[in-house]
Amino acid sequence: MKKNLFIVLLLSYTFGLQAQQIHFIKSSFISQIKNNKNDTIYVINFWATWCKPCVEELPYFEQLNKKYSTKNVKVLLVSNDFKKQIDSRLKPFIKSKNIKSEVLFMNETNPNEWIDKVESKWSGAIPATLIICGKKNFSFFKEGEITFDELDNTIKPLLKN
Amino acid sequence: MKKLNLLLLIAFSAFQFSFIVDQPTGYKVGDMAKDFKLKNIDGKLMSFTNFPDAKGFIVIFTCNHCPFSQAYEQRIINLHKKYNPKGYPVIAINPNDKDREPEDSYQNMQKRAKEKKYPFVYLYDETQLTAKEYGAARTPHIYIIKKTAKGNVVEYIGSIDDNFEEPEQVKQKYAEDALNALLAEKPISTTSTKAIGCTIKWKK
Repeated sequence: MKKNLFIVLLLSYTFGLQAQQIHFIKSSFISQIKNNKNDTIYVINFWATWCKPCVEELPYFEQLNKKYSTKNVKVLLVSNDFKKQIDSRLKPFIKSKNIKSEVLFMNETNPNEWIDKVESKWSGAIPATLIICGKKNFSFFKEGEITFDELDNTIKPLLKN
Repeated sequence: MKKLNLLLLIAFSAFQFSFIVDQPTGYKVGDMAKDFKLKNIDGKLMSFTNFPDAKGFIVIFTCNHCPFSQAYEQRIINLHKKYNPKGYPVIAINPNDKDREPEDSYQNMQKRAKEKKYPFVYLYDETQLTAKEYGAARTPHIYIIKKTAKGNVVEYIGSIDDNFEEPEQVKQKYAEDALNALLAEKPISTTSTKAIGCTIKWKK
Protein backbone atom coordinates (compact mmCIF):
# COMPACT_ATOMS: atom_id res chain seq x y z
CA MET A 1 0.00 0.00 0.00
CA LYS A 2 2.79 2.31 1.00
CA LYS A 3 4.57 1.41 -2.20
CA ASN A 4 1.52 2.30 -4.29
CA LEU A 5 1.26 5.61 -2.56
CA PHE A 6 4.89 6.28 -3.38
CA ILE A 7 4.36 5.43 -7.05
CA VAL A 8 1.31 7.69 -7.20
CA LEU A 9 3.37 10.41 -5.56
CA LEU A 10 6.17 9.95 -8.07
CA LEU A 11 3.75 9.92 -10.99
CA SER A 12 2.14 13.11 -9.79
CA TYR A 13 5.60 14.59 -9.53
CA THR A 14 6.41 13.38 -13.02
CA PHE A 15 3.29 14.41 -14.90
CA GLY A 16 1.41 16.78 -12.69
CA LEU A 17 3.61 19.79 -13.00
CA GLN A 18 2.99 22.10 -15.85
CA ALA A 19 3.54 25.32 -13.95
CA GLN A 20 6.66 25.17 -11.82
CA GLN A 21 5.82 24.63 -8.17
CA ILE A 22 8.24 23.89 -5.42
CA HIS A 23 7.44 20.75 -3.48
CA PHE A 24 8.86 20.38 0.00
CA ILE A 25 10.59 17.08 0.64
CA LYS A 26 12.28 15.34 3.53
CA SER A 27 15.46 13.30 3.18
CA SER A 28 13.30 10.15 3.20
CA PHE A 29 12.10 11.13 -0.28
CA ILE A 30 15.64 10.57 -1.57
CA SER A 31 16.15 7.35 0.41
CA GLN A 32 12.92 6.00 -1.10
CA ILE A 33 14.24 6.72 -4.58
CA LYS A 34 17.46 4.94 -3.63
CA ASN A 35 15.52 1.89 -2.50
CA ASN A 36 13.16 1.69 -5.46
CA LYS A 37 13.59 -0.97 -8.12
CA ASN A 38 11.94 0.78 -11.07
CA ASP A 39 13.71 1.59 -14.31
CA THR A 40 13.60 5.37 -14.05
CA ILE A 41 16.99 7.06 -14.00
CA TYR A 42 16.94 9.76 -11.35
CA VAL A 43 19.39 12.63 -11.72
CA ILE A 44 19.29 14.50 -8.42
CA ASN A 45 21.22 17.72 -8.05
CA PHE A 46 21.68 19.47 -4.69
CA TRP A 47 22.02 23.20 -5.23
CA ALA A 48 21.05 26.67 -4.05
CA THR A 49 20.52 30.02 -5.75
CA TRP A 50 23.32 31.53 -3.62
CA CYS A 51 25.83 28.88 -4.76
CA LYS A 52 27.68 30.20 -7.79
CA PRO A 53 29.06 26.90 -9.19
CA CYS A 54 25.59 25.38 -8.71
CA VAL A 55 23.95 28.10 -10.75
CA GLU A 56 26.65 27.80 -13.42
CA GLU A 57 25.98 24.10 -13.93
CA LEU A 58 22.17 24.26 -13.86
CA PRO A 59 22.04 24.62 -17.67
CA TYR A 60 23.62 21.14 -17.96
CA PHE A 61 20.77 19.62 -15.98
CA GLU A 62 18.26 21.55 -18.05
CA GLN A 63 19.95 20.33 -21.22
CA LEU A 64 19.84 16.76 -19.92
CA ASN A 65 16.19 17.10 -18.99
CA LYS A 66 15.42 18.27 -22.51
CA LYS A 67 17.58 15.67 -24.27
CA TYR A 68 15.94 12.76 -22.44
CA SER A 69 12.42 14.15 -22.18
CA THR A 70 11.03 11.08 -23.98
CA LYS A 71 13.10 8.63 -21.94
CA ASN A 72 12.78 7.35 -18.42
CA VAL A 73 15.04 10.05 -17.04
CA LYS A 74 13.90 12.28 -14.20
CA VAL A 75 15.89 15.38 -13.30
CA LEU A 76 15.25 16.68 -9.79
CA LEU A 77 16.82 19.92 -8.59
CA VAL A 78 16.83 19.83 -4.80
CA SER A 79 17.24 23.35 -3.43
CA ASN A 80 19.14 23.99 -0.22
CA ASP A 81 18.28 27.66 -0.15
CA PHE A 82 17.52 29.45 3.07
CA LYS A 83 13.90 28.79 3.96
CA LYS A 84 13.21 32.47 4.48
CA GLN A 85 14.39 33.16 0.92
CA ILE A 86 12.02 30.79 -0.91
CA ASP A 87 9.63 33.56 -1.91
CA SER A 88 12.13 36.37 -2.15
CA ARG A 89 14.87 34.51 -4.01
CA LEU A 90 14.21 30.92 -5.07
CA LYS A 91 10.84 31.40 -6.78
CA PRO A 92 11.87 34.53 -8.73
CA PHE A 93 15.09 32.75 -9.78
CA ILE A 94 13.20 29.74 -11.19
CA LYS A 95 10.85 32.05 -13.03
CA SER A 96 13.49 34.35 -14.47
CA LYS A 97 15.73 31.45 -15.60
CA ASN A 98 12.67 29.60 -16.88
CA ILE A 99 13.76 26.36 -15.19
CA LYS A 100 11.94 23.39 -16.67
CA SER A 101 13.37 20.59 -14.53
CA GLU A 102 11.50 19.90 -11.35
CA VAL A 103 12.60 21.92 -8.33
CA LEU A 104 12.20 20.48 -4.83
CA PHE A 105 13.01 22.08 -1.50
CA MET A 106 14.85 20.13 1.20
CA ASN A 107 12.68 20.94 4.18
CA GLU A 108 14.97 19.67 6.91
CA THR A 109 16.72 21.48 9.75
CA ASN A 110 19.70 19.55 11.08
CA PRO A 111 22.06 18.77 8.16
CA ASN A 112 24.10 16.45 10.36
CA GLU A 113 21.09 14.15 10.51
CA TRP A 114 19.82 14.22 6.95
CA ILE A 115 23.00 14.41 4.82
CA ASP A 116 24.04 10.86 5.71
CA LYS A 117 20.58 9.54 4.88
CA VAL A 118 20.89 11.01 1.39
CA GLU A 119 24.48 9.87 0.79
CA SER A 120 27.01 8.73 3.37
CA LYS A 121 29.95 9.84 1.18
CA TRP A 122 28.68 13.42 1.00
CA SER A 123 30.38 16.07 3.18
CA GLY A 124 27.51 18.49 2.64
CA ALA A 125 29.25 20.80 0.20
CA ILE A 126 27.16 21.84 -2.78
CA PRO A 127 26.85 21.32 -5.67
CA ALA A 128 26.50 17.56 -5.35
CA THR A 129 24.88 15.13 -7.76
CA LEU A 130 23.32 11.72 -7.30
CA ILE A 131 22.31 9.47 -10.19
CA ILE A 132 20.19 6.44 -9.38
CA CYS A 133 18.68 3.64 -11.40
CA GLY A 134 17.03 1.22 -8.98
CA LYS A 135 16.32 -1.50 -11.53
CA LYS A 136 20.00 -1.73 -12.43
CA ASN A 137 21.20 -1.26 -8.85
CA PHE A 138 23.12 1.70 -10.13
CA SER A 139 24.22 4.63 -8.05
CA PHE A 140 26.64 7.45 -8.86
CA PHE A 141 27.62 10.28 -6.54
CA LYS A 142 29.78 13.33 -7.08
CA GLU A 143 30.47 16.18 -4.72
CA GLY A 144 31.47 19.36 -6.51
CA GLU A 145 30.96 20.61 -10.03
CA ILE A 146 29.93 18.32 -12.85
CA THR A 147 29.93 18.73 -16.63
CA PHE A 148 27.24 17.89 -19.16
CA ASP A 149 29.44 15.16 -20.64
CA GLU A 150 29.93 13.55 -17.24
CA LEU A 151 26.18 13.47 -16.73
CA ASP A 152 25.45 12.29 -20.24
CA ASN A 153 28.14 9.60 -20.24
CA THR A 154 26.84 8.26 -16.94
CA ILE A 155 23.28 8.04 -18.19
CA LYS A 156 23.85 6.69 -21.73
CA PRO A 157 24.87 3.12 -20.75
CA LEU A 158 21.89 2.93 -18.39
CA LEU A 159 19.47 3.53 -21.24
CA LYS A 160 20.72 0.45 -23.11
CA ASN A 161 18.93 -2.77 -22.27
CA MET B 1 7.87 -18.19 -10.48
CA LYS B 2 8.95 -17.04 -7.04
CA LYS B 3 12.21 -18.87 -7.55
CA LEU B 4 12.77 -17.04 -10.81
CA ASN B 5 12.21 -13.69 -9.09
CA LEU B 6 14.68 -14.65 -6.43
CA LEU B 7 17.21 -15.65 -9.04
CA LEU B 8 16.73 -12.36 -10.86
CA LEU B 9 17.15 -10.49 -7.62
CA ILE B 10 20.41 -12.29 -6.92
CA ALA B 11 21.60 -11.64 -10.47
CA PHE B 12 20.85 -7.93 -10.11
CA SER B 13 22.49 -7.69 -6.72
CA ALA B 14 25.63 -9.23 -8.13
CA PHE B 15 25.49 -6.49 -10.72
CA GLN B 16 25.78 -3.69 -8.20
CA PHE B 17 27.48 -0.57 -9.36
CA SER B 18 28.62 2.20 -7.17
CA PHE B 19 30.74 5.17 -8.10
CA ILE B 20 32.15 7.80 -5.84
CA VAL B 21 34.11 10.49 -7.60
CA ASP B 22 36.54 12.97 -6.11
CA GLN B 23 36.18 11.82 -2.55
CA PRO B 24 38.30 14.18 -0.51
CA THR B 25 40.78 12.69 1.88
CA GLY B 26 42.22 14.46 4.88
CA TYR B 27 42.25 14.39 8.65
CA LYS B 28 40.14 12.12 10.75
CA VAL B 29 39.48 12.63 14.45
CA GLY B 30 42.57 11.45 16.32
CA ASP B 31 45.04 12.45 13.56
CA MET B 32 47.91 14.84 14.20
CA ALA B 33 47.36 18.23 12.57
CA LYS B 34 50.32 19.66 10.68
CA ASP B 35 51.33 23.22 11.45
CA PHE B 36 51.19 25.82 8.69
CA LYS B 37 52.66 29.22 7.89
CA LEU B 38 49.99 31.42 6.39
CA LYS B 39 49.68 35.15 5.88
CA ASN B 40 47.35 36.95 8.27
CA ILE B 41 45.35 40.02 7.20
CA ASP B 42 47.97 42.16 8.99
CA GLY B 43 50.66 40.81 6.67
CA LYS B 44 52.37 38.61 9.29
CA LEU B 45 52.94 34.91 8.78
CA MET B 46 51.13 32.88 11.42
CA SER B 47 51.35 29.30 12.67
CA PHE B 48 50.37 27.35 15.80
CA THR B 49 53.70 28.39 17.33
CA ASN B 50 52.45 32.00 17.49
CA PHE B 51 50.07 30.90 20.25
CA PRO B 52 52.44 29.54 22.94
CA ASP B 53 49.84 29.83 25.71
CA ALA B 54 46.98 28.18 23.83
CA LYS B 55 45.63 24.81 24.95
CA GLY B 56 44.44 24.21 21.44
CA PHE B 57 42.83 25.82 18.41
CA ILE B 58 39.52 26.25 16.64
CA VAL B 59 40.63 26.13 13.00
CA ILE B 60 37.80 27.28 10.73
CA PHE B 61 37.99 27.16 6.94
CA THR B 62 35.71 30.00 5.94
CA CYS B 63 35.56 32.86 3.46
CA ASN B 64 33.91 36.17 2.60
CA HIS B 65 31.46 35.31 -0.15
CA CYS B 66 29.74 32.12 1.03
CA PRO B 67 26.26 32.74 2.49
CA PHE B 68 26.79 29.87 4.92
CA SER B 69 30.01 31.42 6.19
CA GLN B 70 28.15 34.70 6.50
CA ALA B 71 25.31 33.00 8.38
CA TYR B 72 27.89 31.67 10.84
CA GLU B 73 30.08 34.79 11.00
CA GLN B 74 28.68 36.19 14.25
CA ARG B 75 28.72 32.72 15.80
CA ILE B 76 32.42 32.39 14.88
CA ILE B 77 33.14 35.75 16.52
CA ASN B 78 31.22 34.64 19.64
CA LEU B 79 33.08 31.35 19.71
CA HIS B 80 36.41 33.18 19.78
CA LYS B 81 35.26 35.65 22.44
CA LYS B 82 34.08 32.80 24.65
CA TYR B 83 36.90 30.30 24.16
CA ASN B 84 40.00 32.40 23.47
CA PRO B 85 40.20 33.38 27.18
CA LYS B 86 39.93 29.66 27.99
CA GLY B 87 42.86 28.79 25.73
CA TYR B 88 41.13 27.98 22.44
CA PRO B 89 41.45 30.84 19.93
CA VAL B 90 39.75 30.78 16.53
CA ILE B 91 42.11 30.60 13.56
CA ALA B 92 40.06 31.44 10.46
CA ILE B 93 41.52 30.36 7.12
CA ASN B 94 40.25 31.37 3.69
CA PRO B 95 41.21 28.64 1.19
CA ASN B 96 39.38 29.95 -1.89
CA ASP B 97 41.02 30.75 -5.19
CA LYS B 98 40.68 34.50 -5.77
CA ASP B 99 40.51 34.05 -9.53
CA ARG B 100 37.42 31.88 -9.21
CA GLU B 101 35.91 33.99 -6.43
CA PRO B 102 37.24 37.56 -6.47
CA GLU B 103 35.23 38.37 -3.34
CA ASP B 104 37.62 36.08 -1.45
CA SER B 105 40.82 37.92 -2.40
CA TYR B 106 43.35 38.90 0.28
CA GLN B 107 42.33 42.57 0.00
CA ASN B 108 38.67 41.66 0.44
CA MET B 109 39.57 39.51 3.47
CA GLN B 110 41.20 42.56 5.03
CA LYS B 111 38.13 44.63 4.22
CA ARG B 112 35.65 42.11 5.62
CA ALA B 113 37.66 41.53 8.81
CA LYS B 114 37.80 45.27 9.42
CA GLU B 115 34.12 45.83 8.72
CA LYS B 116 33.00 42.97 10.94
CA LYS B 117 35.71 43.61 13.55
CA TYR B 118 37.10 40.08 13.54
CA PRO B 119 38.76 39.51 16.92
CA PHE B 120 40.66 36.49 15.55
CA VAL B 121 43.38 35.98 12.95
CA TYR B 122 42.15 35.52 9.39
CA LEU B 123 44.71 33.70 7.25
CA TYR B 124 45.00 33.31 3.51
CA ASP B 125 45.71 29.78 2.25
CA GLU B 126 46.84 30.93 -1.15
CA THR B 127 48.39 27.62 -2.22
CA GLN B 128 45.36 25.72 -0.84
CA LEU B 129 47.80 23.16 0.57
CA THR B 130 46.57 23.57 4.15
CA ALA B 131 42.93 23.03 3.15
CA LYS B 132 44.01 19.96 1.16
CA GLU B 133 46.12 18.60 4.02
CA TYR B 134 43.21 18.99 6.44
CA GLY B 135 40.68 17.63 3.97
CA ALA B 136 38.45 20.68 4.18
CA ALA B 137 35.58 20.30 1.74
CA ARG B 138 33.35 23.28 2.35
CA THR B 139 33.06 26.63 4.05
CA PRO B 140 32.55 26.83 6.94
CA HIS B 141 34.34 23.62 7.99
CA ILE B 142 35.73 23.49 11.50
CA TYR B 143 38.53 21.51 13.15
CA ILE B 144 39.03 21.62 16.90
CA ILE B 145 42.61 20.79 17.77
CA LYS B 146 44.16 20.03 21.15
CA LYS B 147 47.79 20.68 21.96
CA THR B 148 49.41 17.64 23.54
CA ALA B 149 52.97 16.54 24.32
CA LYS B 150 52.81 14.35 21.20
CA GLY B 151 51.53 17.07 18.92
CA ASN B 152 48.36 18.82 17.82
CA VAL B 153 45.55 16.26 17.90
CA VAL B 154 42.36 16.71 15.84
CA GLU B 155 39.52 16.25 18.33
CA TYR B 156 36.46 17.40 16.40
CA ILE B 157 35.60 17.95 12.72
CA GLY B 158 32.43 19.41 11.32
CA SER B 159 29.81 22.02 11.94
CA ILE B 160 29.42 24.68 14.63
CA ASP B 161 25.85 23.68 15.46
CA ASP B 162 22.74 22.04 14.04
CA ASN B 163 20.90 25.04 12.57
CA PHE B 164 22.56 27.37 10.07
CA GLU B 165 19.53 29.49 9.34
CA GLU B 166 18.11 30.26 12.76
CA PRO B 167 20.73 30.67 15.51
CA GLU B 168 17.95 30.99 18.08
CA GLN B 169 16.58 27.57 17.09
CA VAL B 170 19.88 25.75 17.67
CA LYS B 171 19.43 22.60 19.72
CA GLN B 172 22.90 21.12 19.55
CA LYS B 173 25.99 23.31 19.84
CA TYR B 174 28.42 20.70 18.53
CA ALA B 175 31.56 22.88 18.64
CA GLU B 176 30.88 24.30 22.09
CA ASP B 177 30.03 20.84 23.44
CA ALA B 178 33.35 19.55 22.11
CA LEU B 179 35.30 22.50 23.57
CA ASN B 180 33.57 22.18 26.95
CA ALA B 181 34.39 18.49 27.03
CA LEU B 182 38.05 19.20 26.18
CA LEU B 183 38.28 21.87 28.88
CA ALA B 184 36.70 19.51 31.40
CA GLU B 185 39.01 16.70 30.21
CA LYS B 186 36.04 14.54 29.38
CA PRO B 187 35.39 12.54 26.20
CA ILE B 188 33.63 14.42 23.38
CA SER B 189 30.23 12.85 22.71
CA THR B 190 29.93 13.88 19.02
CA THR B 191 33.34 14.07 17.34
CA SER B 192 32.26 14.72 13.77
CA THR B 193 29.25 16.24 12.08
CA LYS B 194 28.14 17.17 8.57
CA ALA B 195 26.73 20.42 7.28
CA ILE B 196 25.66 22.07 4.06
CA GLY B 197 28.22 24.57 2.84
CA CYS B 198 29.89 26.10 -0.19
CA THR B 199 32.45 23.95 -1.96
CA ILE B 200 35.97 25.24 -1.65
CA LYS B 201 36.88 27.06 -4.86
CA TRP B 202 39.91 25.04 -5.92
CA LYS B 203 42.29 26.46 -8.49
CA LYS B 204 41.63 25.22 -12.00
